[in-house]
Amino acid sequence: MNASPDTSAPHAGPAAFPPGDLAIWFFILAELLAFGVFFAAYAFGRAHNVELFNEMQQTLDRKAGALNTVLLITGSWCVARAVEAVGRARATTGARWLLAGIAYGGGFLVVKGFEYADKFGAGINLSTNSFYMFYLSLTFFHFMHVILGMVILVALWVKTRNGDYGPADMNGIESGAAYWHMVDLVWIVLFPLVYVMR
Amino acid sequence: MNTRQLNIAWVILILATLATFAIGEIGDSIGIAGPLAMAALLVISFIKGRLVALDFMGLRGVKFFWRGLLLGWLLLVSALIAIAYWIALK
Repeated sequence: MNASPDTSAPHAGPAAFPPGDLAIWFFILAELLAFGVFFAAYAFGRAHNVELFNEMQQTLDRKAGALNTVLLITGSWCVARAVEAVGRARATTGARWLLAGIAYGGGFLVVKGFEYADKFGAGINLSTNSFYMFYLSLTFFHFMHVILGMVILVALWVKTRNGDYGPADMNGIESGAAYWHMVDLVWIVLFPLVYVMR
Repeated sequence: MNTRQLNIAWVILILATLATFAIGEIGDSIGIAGPLAMAALLVISFIKGRLVALDFMGLRGVKFFWRGLLLGWLLLVSALIAIAYWIALK
C-alpha cells in the first residue's frame, strides 16, 4: 500500500542538487571565487597601507552603501517570493514580484551612479591612490554583475508573464534567481569590508 | 520555501544591515571599535550570507555538499579578511 516510490514525498530527504540548472551553480561558484580573490586582495592591500585606507574610507558615503544593501536584499527577497509564487502556479503574482525585484535593482544602480558621479566630479579616478583603485574596480565589477542580473530578471519577467514557467517547469526561473541572489550575497560581504571595517 | 520563512529572512537581513551601518556610524562611541568591530561585522555578514544561501537560494533542503560550498566560501573569505586585518594591527 505504501510501497509506491514517490520521489517528491516530503520524507525523501535532502535534494541531491540545488534549485535551478547545475550549470548556473558552477557559474555562481566561479563568480564567488573571483570575488573572493578580489576581497582578499583588498584586505591584504589595506594591510600594507592601513592609514591611507582608513582615511579614504571616511570619504565614502556610508549611508548610500547601507541604502544599497537594503535595496539589493529587498530585490533578492522579491525574486525569492516570485519563485515561490510561480511554484504555486501563481505566475501573475510571480511576474509582479519579479518587476519589484527589477525596480530595486534599478534603485541600486541609481544610488551607485550618484556615488560614482560624486567621486568622478571630485576628480577621483583609478590612479588617485590604491584605496580608490580597489574601491572603483571592486564596486564596478559588482555593478556590472547587477546589470547582468537585471537583464536576466527582465528575461524571467517576460517569460513568467507569458506563462512559460510553472510548478512543473521551474528550472529557468530558479537558475536566474540563484544568479541574482549571488549578486546580493557578494554585496553583503563587500559593504562591511569596504565601507565600514577600519 | 514558504512565504513566511522568506519574510522572516528579509526582516532579519534588514535588521542585520542596520546593525552593520550602526557599527560604522556610532561603533566608536559605544565601545565597538577596532578588532571587536571587525569580528562583529564578520559575524553579521556570515549570518546574512547564510540566510541568503539557505532561504533565498533555497539550499536549506539540499545536500550538505552544496550548502558547504557556499558557507565554506563565506568562512574562507571571512578568515582571509580577519588575517589581513590582524596583520594590519601589527
